[in-house]
Amino acid sequence: MSGIKSSSRSMFGANARQFGMILSLAAIILFFEIWTDGLTLNSGNLIALVSQYSYILILAIGMVMVIIAGHIDLSVGSVAAFTGIVVAKAMANGHLAWPLAIVLGLLIGVLVGAWQGFWVAYVGVPAFIVTLAGMMLFRGANQFIGDSDTLPVPHGFTVIGAGYLPEKGPDTGYNNLTLLLGLVMVVAVVWREIRARRTRIELGAVASPVIVSVLRVAVLAAVIIFAAFRFATGRVGTSFPVSGIILVALVLLYSFITQKTVYGRHIYAVGGNGHAAELSGVKRQRINFLVMMNMSVLAALAGMIYVARAAASGPQDGLNWELDAIAAVFIGGAAVAGGVGTVMGSIVGGLVMAVLNNGLQLQGVGSDRVQMIKGLVLLLAVAVDVWNKRQGKPSLTALMMRQFRGDPDTPKPAASPEPAKVPAA
Amino acid sequence: MAEAPVLLEMRSITKEFPGVKALEDVSLVVHADEIHAICGENGAGKSTLMKVLSGVYPYGTYSGDIVYEGATCRFGDIRASEAKGIVIIHQELALIPELSITENIFLGNEPGRGGVIDWKQANRRVVGLLEQVGLHEDPDTQIKNIGVGKQQLVEIAKAINKKVKLLILDEPTAALNESDSMHLLDLIRGFKSQGISSIMISHKLNEIEQVADSITILRDGRTIETLDVKANGVNEDRIIKGMVGRDLGSRFPERTPEIGEVFFEVKDWTVQHPITSERLVCKGSSFEVRRGEIVGFAGLMGAGRTELAMSLFGHSYGVFVSGHVRKDGHEIKMRSVSEAIDHGLAYVSEDRKALGLNLLDDVKRSTVSAKLTKISKRSVVNETLEHKFADEYRTSLRIKTPTVDDGVSTLSGGNQQKVVLAKWMFTDPDLLILDEPTRGIDVGAKYEIYGIIQRLAEQGKGVIVISSELPELIGLCDRIYTVFEGAITNDIAKADADPETLMKSMTSAKKKS
Repeated sequence: MSGIKSSSRSMFGANARQFGMILSLAAIILFFEIWTDGLTLNSGNLIALVSQYSYILILAIGMVMVIIAGHIDLSVGSVAAFTGIVVAKAMANGHLAWPLAIVLGLLIGVLVGAWQGFWVAYVGVPAFIVTLAGMMLFRGANQFIGDSDTLPVPHGFTVIGAGYLPEKGPDTGYNNLTLLLGLVMVVAVVWREIRARRTRIELGAVASPVIVSVLRVAVLAAVIIFAAFRFATGRVGTSFPVSGIILVALVLLYSFITQKTVYGRHIYAVGGNGHAAELSGVKRQRINFLVMMNMSVLAALAGMIYVARAAASGPQDGLNWELDAIAAVFIGGAAVAGGVGTVMGSIVGGLVMAVLNNGLQLQGVGSDRVQMIKGLVLLLAVAVDVWNKRQGKPSLTALMMRQFRGDPDTPKPAASPEPAKVPAA
Repeated sequence: MAEAPVLLEMRSITKEFPGVKALEDVSLVVHADEIHAICGENGAGKSTLMKVLSGVYPYGTYSGDIVYEGATCRFGDIRASEAKGIVIIHQELALIPELSITENIFLGNEPGRGGVIDWKQANRRVVGLLEQVGLHEDPDTQIKNIGVGKQQLVEIAKAINKKVKLLILDEPTAALNESDSMHLLDLIRGFKSQGISSIMISHKLNEIEQVADSITILRDGRTIETLDVKANGVNEDRIIKGMVGRDLGSRFPERTPEIGEVFFEVKDWTVQHPITSERLVCKGSSFEVRRGEIVGFAGLMGAGRTELAMSLFGHSYGVFVSGHVRKDGHEIKMRSVSEAIDHGLAYVSEDRKALGLNLLDDVKRSTVSAKLTKISKRSVVNETLEHKFADEYRTSLRIKTPTVDDGVSTLSGGNQQKVVLAKWMFTDPDLLILDEPTRGIDVGAKYEIYGIIQRLAEQGKGVIVISSELPELIGLCDRIYTVFEGAITNDIAKADADPETLMKSMTSAKKKS
C-alpha cells in the first residue's frame, strides 16, 4: 500500500496533498461524466465551463497569494464590479477605445489595490476589516456610478470574455490554433520533465525511475491532447476561450513568481513567520502592500472578463465572488494562518467547485441544493486535510498545538537516535 | 539517611510511536518528600515519560505499570491524574494572557454550583494561594501584565489549588532570570516539608545539583541510572557523563585565538523603549570588536543586551536616539535589516521559533532565506545553487537531516539552531551577533555550536555572544562586556573573568572598577 502511495506521489512530484486533490478532481469529473451520460466532457460543456469559471479561477490566483501572506480579501467581487462599471462608462460616454479601456481597468485595479494595500501594510488595519470596508465601498461606488443600472459594452470589448481562438490555417475539421496550443503544452511538459531530471541528477539527488517520468509525462500529455481535441471540435465559431488563455497564462506566470522568484519566497516568509522574515531582511510592509495590490488588479481583470462575457456591466456583478475564490483556495490546501498554499492547488480547488457546480446544474439540481452541497464539500475537504495532518505529519495545526502541549521531547524519526558525536578535542 | 516511603513507581514503561520507540523499559522511583530530577538530552524521552505519568498518553497506549501511593493507576486523561494529585506544569505555560490571576488559577476548576462561579470563594482562596507561593500581586492583574517568573508562580498556585501531591515541572527555569529561578527553586524545596514532592526536568545542571535529592538519567528512551545526590557526591560532570554516555574531555573545544585589529566600533548608542519613550533601553553604550575575537555580553534578563543587538541590527528594536557605528574605519548607517545584512552584520535571535525560522519551510529554503540575492539572477532563484549551498552547510555543520528538502520543524532544537547559524553564515557576515546561541539545546549539540563559533572567529570574523550562562561566556569568549540596566558597566578580559566578578558588574551600575 505504502509502496503504491509513494510511487504515485513521486509520479506527480508535488506533495501528497496536491496529489490527493488532483485525484479527487479526476474522480469528481469521472463521476459526473458517467452520471450525465457524457455531457460533462462534451465539447460544448467544457468550453462553457472554462469561460464561465475563468474569472473565479483568476481571483483564486490572487487570493492564494493574499492568504499565503496571512491576509484575506473580501472586496474582490465589489472591486470587479466597480472596475466593470467604470470601464463600461468610459467606453459608452467617453468613447474610449476598448483596448485602452482594458488598460484603464487595470489602472483602476492598481489604484484600488494601492488604497487597500496602504491601510493593510502601512497603517496596520487587519485585511479582513480593510476589505470588508472595501466590499461595501466599491459595491456602493459601482451602483453610484452606474445608477444601479445595467450598461452595455461595445462588441470589440467582449472578446476577452466571450471570444475564442479564431479559425486559422487549412480546414482540418478542427480548430487549428487550439490543437497547436495543446501541442505546445505537451512539448513544454516533456521539456520540463527532462530539465527537472537533469537538475536532480546534477544535484546528486536520486531522480525518480525513468518509467515514473515517462508515465507522468504520458498521463499529462494524454490529458492535454484529449482536452485539446475536445476544445477544437466545439460548435462552429467556438474553440478554446480567450479568457481560458488569459487564465492559463496567469497560472503559469504566478506559479513561476510564487515558486521561483525572490518575491514569491518573501510572500511565504511573511506568512509563515513575519517577525523572522523581517529579521532576515524581508521588507514585510512592501510585500503586504504588493500582495493586496496584486489582488485588486486581478479582481479588476476578472471584472472586465465578466462584463465582456455578459456584454454589459450591472449592479449585481461579482456578488459573492470572494467566497468562491476563498473556498477554492482552502479546498486547494492553503492554511488559514498563512504560509501555506500554492497557485496550482488553488486552481485545482477552484476546478473541483466548478465541475461540481456545472455537473449538478446539468442534472437539473436546483441552485439551493447546489449551494448546500458546495458548502459541505468545502467543509469536508478541509476536514480531511486537518485529519490527514494530525496523522503525525508536521503541519501548521500540529505546530500550533505543540505550543500548548510544550513537548520539545516528542520523538521524531528524523532525529538521530545516537548521542551527538563530540569531535576529539 | 532514612529511606522515605516510595510515592511513585513507574515500572518498565514502554511507549511506541509509529516508527520509533520513545521509551523502552523505563523505570522511575520517586520517594515521598523528595525532589527528583530527570536528566537527558533532547529526545531522550523525558517529556514522553511525564506525559505517560500525567495521563496525556492514556492507559493502554503504553505498556508497563504506574504504582502511585501503593495502588496501580490507569489514568485515562489528565483529569484522572490530577484527581490523584499529580499535576504537570509545562515549559510553555498554559495561562490565558487576557484573564486575571484569579481567573487563571481557577480555570477548569472553578468553585461554584451548576456552572455559576462563586467568585467570593475564589477571591478568598486566591489570597492564601498567592501567599503560599510568595507572589505579591493584585489577584485581579491580567496575566499578560506580569513577568514570566510570576506567571510560573501562578501556575504553581494553580497546582496547589488542585491539591497537588506530586508536582511535575518541565524546564521550569528555562525562561527565568537568576533571582526568579532562585525563588522558584526555594519554593519547591519548601514544598517538601508540606508533603509535596516534585519531579523536575531541566537542562540547567547546576540547578539540579543544588536542589535535587535524586536524579534519574534517561538516554535514548532508556533509564541509564538513578543517582542519589547526597550519598554519591554528584556534580555536573557526573551528570553529563550519564547523559552522553562518556566523559566530555572538555565542555569547550580547544582554541588558540588569533585576534586582529579593531574593525567594529559602536559609540554612545542610545535607544528608547518602543512604547514608553522616557525609558532608555540602551544608555550611551560603546564597545568594540576585533577581528577573530569572540566577545561576550553578560547581563541579567532585561539588562538590555538583546535590545542593544537588535537596535544595532537595522533598528529592529525600539526607537533610535543617537549613536555611531564604525566598521573598518568608516561610519556606517543601518536603518533597515537589509542594510545591516549588506554591511556584513548577522543577528541570530534568542528566540529561534518566533524570530529565527519559518517553521513551515524546509532546510534548504531556510538556509538561503536571509540572502536570496546571492543565488538569484533578476529575482529568479537558482534552485540548483540553493540545493548546493544548503547541502554544503548540512555537511560542514553536521545538521542531522536526511535531506535538505525536509522541513525544519522535523529537526531537533540543536539542529534547528545549526540551520539558523547556516542561514546567517550564508550571508557572508563580518560580524555575527549570537543571542543565546545554545538555549534549549542539549549538551552534545552545544559542544558542536561552540566549535562552529570558534571556527567563525578563526576565519577572522568578529563574534558577539550574548548569554545568560556565565560558564558558557567564560569558557568561550576572549573578552566579556557586562550590561546592567541598559548601560555597559565593565569590560573584562578572559583572564580576569570569573562568575563573581561578572556578577558584580552585572548587578551594579558602577563603572569600570
